Amino acid sequence: MKKIINDPNEVVQDMAAGLIAAHPDELQQLPGTTVIAKSNAPIKNKVAIVSGGGSGHEPAHAGYVGKGMLDAAVAGEVFTSPTPDQIFEAIKAVDGGAGVCLVIKNYTGDVLNFEMAAELAEAEGIDVEKVVVNDDVAVDEESSRRGIAGTVLVHKVAGAKAEQGGTLKEVKAAAEKVVENVRSMGMALTPCTVPAAGTPSFQLGENEMEIGIGIHGESGIERKSITTADDIAKELTDRILDDFDFTGGDVAVMINGLGSTPEMELYIVNKQVQAILAEKGITVYTTFVGEYMTSLEMTGCSVTLLKLDDELKTLLNEPSQAPAFRS
Amino acid sequence: MALTVQDVVAWIDKSNETIQTNKDYLTTLDQAIGDGDHGINVARGFQEAAAKIADGNYTSSADVLKDTAMTLMSKIGGASGPLFGTAFLKLSTAVKGNDPVDYATFTTGLKEAVNGIKQRGKAIEGEKTLVDVWSPMADFFSRQADFDGEKIAEEAKNAMEQTKTMTATKGRAAYFKERSDGHIDPGSASSCYIFKALADVIGGKS
Ligand SMILES: Nc1ncnc2c1ncn2[C@@H]1O[C@H](COP(=O)(O)OP(=O)(O)OP(=O)(O)O)[C@@H](O)[C@H]1O
Ligand SMILES: [Mg+2]
Repeated sequence: MKKIINDPNEVVQDMAAGLIAAHPDELQQLPGTTVIAKSNAPIKNKVAIVSGGGSGHEPAHAGYVGKGMLDAAVAGEVFTSPTPDQIFEAIKAVDGGAGVCLVIKNYTGDVLNFEMAAELAEAEGIDVEKVVVNDDVAVDEESSRRGIAGTVLVHKVAGAKAEQGGTLKEVKAAAEKVVENVRSMGMALTPCTVPAAGTPSFQLGENEMEIGIGIHGESGIERKSITTADDIAKELTDRILDDFDFTGGDVAVMINGLGSTPEMELYIVNKQVQAILAEKGITVYTTFVGEYMTSLEMTGCSVTLLKLDDELKTLLNEPSQAPAFRS
Repeated sequence: MALTVQDVVAWIDKSNETIQTNKDYLTTLDQAIGDGDHGINVARGFQEAAAKIADGNYTSSADVLKDTAMTLMSKIGGASGPLFGTAFLKLSTAVKGNDPVDYATFTTGLKEAVNGIKQRGKAIEGEKTLVDVWSPMADFFSRQADFDGEKIAEEAKNAMEQTKTMTATKGRAAYFKERSDGHIDPGSASSCYIFKALADVIGGKS
């Protein structure tokens, strides 16, 4: 294992400290926790948005804490869901009286820990709603679909709705609209190594790639020989278009790097994704290319499409001051 | 036979010891059909639980189990954290005011623990999760009349081995579908170590 770290067991704390040092005016770390919150939290009468999950997906989720997106992000150990007590601390710190909307990626660990935290918060009289993101079409069964890069668009829309003064119910509805209309799929060329484990969690041959892989290296649909960017883009996009009807509305496109993919290659993928959408008569409203939801140092990418209506367009256009998502 | 407060403390200590020894093996199991963090997660949780218990001067088993539950819940993370936390919390509630813990009380506690795990994780028997150790163990305790270290260890090992033949339909391993066949469920292995630790404590008494 070759990594720029100190103690493998301290990577999350070290990262949090460095993140706060980079944004001392905007962000704070709640004492004794790995919760990153807006420095001016709680904001009175605004619905607060809390997300989080295992670390290793940076800039998710702490990079999305800021005006217009999240109020707090809870960082678990690398690839491991955070615990209920930490999530509960985040909820308490950001609740401004209008309630808290939890954005959860659909993994058993995240769902169980966030549910327990929600129960603790409700017991203290805090209104909590949960939104579970499951945009990964690589998994057939919808109930077990994983939450991947599409989660960032849920953060954006929920955060904007809350900023506009939406009620907890309205914020949840806007977030769920994204969940219903967003689909993603990823692929990888190389695995990644959890610092505390020291060895890669799976292997890929020199000329192999895995289609449909998850952001923790969960097994995908197919392992095969590597092909061109155009073929890869087509395979991912076709799966997404097969799964959901994207015609009859504009779309937002996100081409996401998994950690070690040169931006050049992400743009090469984007070129082909846009060509496919144009051919199908699907109008692209806005495009995001970059690293939004990574998987440590994995090489690979994911494609995300979100079907938009007027409300979602407006909310995507609202300003965000989160360090990793300025708009 | 009944479990004294010291026995329950020893149980948690021994669980930690066994899990630390097998930490890498648990992680290897989770690398095969999960995300490779299970050994790290439970080792961190039990280390903290054992440390917490060592600090306390306990006079009731329920308190030992409650502190164990709360520490596991706040230190393990992942899917197994809330589930092990729930199991020990239910055990704690069941044995409250019943020191030393007699066999019938412990058996009731185990049943409650299984119900709690199933409710929280929405899994049933046969889905290749830690339910497949806890549930058969609760049944086994119901069939027997008294603590028997050797039999407990054997039964837990059997239950764990049985998960090899199951196809996962809950948790991360479910993504692997049939490819999860032939592998032991990591959560069932760590659960087996918890029962093995209990067996050792009981064995040491007789
Ligand atoms: N729904 C469930 N019910 C009962 N047990 C479960 C369930 N889902 C998973 N498990 C158990 O949890 C074990 C995995 O725990 P682990 O600590 O590795 O968490 P994880 O699933 O990797 O969580 P995360 O995704 O947050 O990392 C499995 O081996 C299985 O025994
Ligand atoms: Mg795991």
